[in-house]
Amino acid sequence: MMMRFFKRAIDDIFQNRFLNFVTIITISLAILIASAFILFFVNTNEIINSWKRDLRILAYLKTGTHNADLTNLERTIQSLAGVQTLRFISKQEALDRLKTQMKHQSSLFENLSENPLPDSFEIRMTASTGNWQKIESLAAQIESLELIEEVEYGRRWIGRFARIISLFRLAGYAMGALFFMATVFIVANTIRLVIYSRREEVEIMRLVGATDRFIKMPFYIEGLIQGGLGAFIGLVMLFISFFFISANIEQGVSPGLFRPQFLSPTTIGGILLGSMLVGWLGCYISLKQFLKA
Amino acid sequence: MMDAAEKSFIIRMFHVHHNFGPQKVLIDINLDIAKNEFVFISGPSGAGKTTLLKLLYLVEPVSEGQVLIDGINITRIPRKKMPYLRRKFGVIFQDYKLIATKSVYDNLALVLEAAGAKRRIIQKKVKSILRLVGMEDRLKSFPPSLSGGEQQRIAVARAIIGDPKIILADEPTGSLDDESAEAILDLLEGVHTRGATVIIATHDKALMRKAGGHVLTLKQGRLETSRFLEKQYDDAILQTGDR
Repeated sequence: MMMRFFKRAIDDIFQNRFLNFVTIITISLAILIASAFILFFVNTNEIINSWKRDLRILAYLKTGTHNADLTNLERTIQSLAGVQTLRFISKQEALDRLKTQMKHQSSLFENLSENPLPDSFEIRMTASTGNWQKIESLAAQIESLELIEEVEYGRRWIGRFARIISLFRLAGYAMGALFFMATVFIVANTIRLVIYSRREEVEIMRLVGATDRFIKMPFYIEGLIQGGLGAFIGLVMLFISFFFISANIEQGVSPGLFRPQFLSPTTIGGILLGSMLVGWLGCYISLKQFLKA
Repeated sequence: MMDAAEKSFIIRMFHVHHNFGPQKVLIDINLDIAKNEFVFISGPSGAGKTTLLKLLYLVEPVSEGQVLIDGINITRIPRKKMPYLRRKFGVIFQDYKLIATKSVYDNLALVLEAAGAKRRIIQKKVKSILRLVGMEDRLKSFPPSLSGGEQQRIAVARAIIGDPKIILADEPTGSLDDESAEAILDLLEGVHTRGATVIIATHDKALMRKAGGHVLTLKQGRLETSRFLEKQYDDAILQTGDR
């Protein structure tokens, strides 16, 4: 029986080619936009995570800290929760590093009468300290220590970036919900047009003793096919766009630093199923109204 | 428990009314139709013939009264069970109601598919019914390519393919020439001979005389007379008119 329903659904799609084409393209555009958002979040998350993995807290020591105090201070910092390793960087090592990094502007260092940089500890955190609040709390604990002048962990811009991404994510959820509703509405309307164009046929089916299930099933299958095909086309369009954009990012913007990634198979499966659900839901709404009448 | 009368009557109507808004279309109809009867519902246009048939195959609701079909009270039937009751009927519409986008085969197969028949049985039955109506060569044709008489023969084929207990025909010969009308009548008589109850709504007096049977006459929504008409074997009836 399922094969018969499936065959009828396929026949119906070919009989109403234009309406089905419009629905599939509408779904594919909605899927393209929604999955482009998902792709953006996946990659920005990856960037933030890689930054978090590389994140270090630099604790600058007060001038005049004695070597004898260093061991105690090192032990105190090491004992704090979330600290994995720490390394002492003397003011001389810091200056040498700076000179290496700024070798093209070496003239800047020629007139220095003394090293202005402080001694510092470079602190790496455990993997469990990935949460932004935990990093901030650890940095505050270190900063409160007596011999510490200041801590630096890029909080301003990374924090701001993370907050912007959170806002984007929120906007993404809202847009996703809107797209979902809009697509359901469009599919429902298209299916309504299809049913309306075939109202006589549906009426005849009822008169010859067809159950509601018999009448509805091909429409549901049609909705699932529309959703599935729409998602497939949308994802193919997304992949082609991704292919060209990611090639540019890799070669031009930040070679070696960040490798853009496409959606995981699980996410693709989720999008496909979600889109099929949209198609089915559109049919369900239309058929419920139509058959009630 | 069903009594003897209920067993022998396939359709019973008790004080049936049907209103369309403020307009009374059927008024206090009481009738009994026995199994395997050949019944005509006659009357002028607007008398309520079509509405009476529509009440039976559940297209119009009963405003008041009770209707029993094969022992089932259709005024109390839940919506979900309606398709199963409709399968007791084979309906022939005046305007044929064939699906224009489906082939003759698919139009006929639909009835059996809806009843859940297997593909092999469907193929066999469609072919045999097309042979019966003399249209086995039009299996793949689409309704718009057929003449009125051919379309009506397909409509009859669709009505009888599911072996229904009751055949309802609404002006089955209304728009047909004499030859096609006779062919349709022959088909309906054949179904009747095989045990079905046939109910025809018509104002075609010649048709009634030619077939004979139980004639119920409606006038302005009321059942005026109920009489039996003998079959007349005079071919001239169809030619002299009175249709």
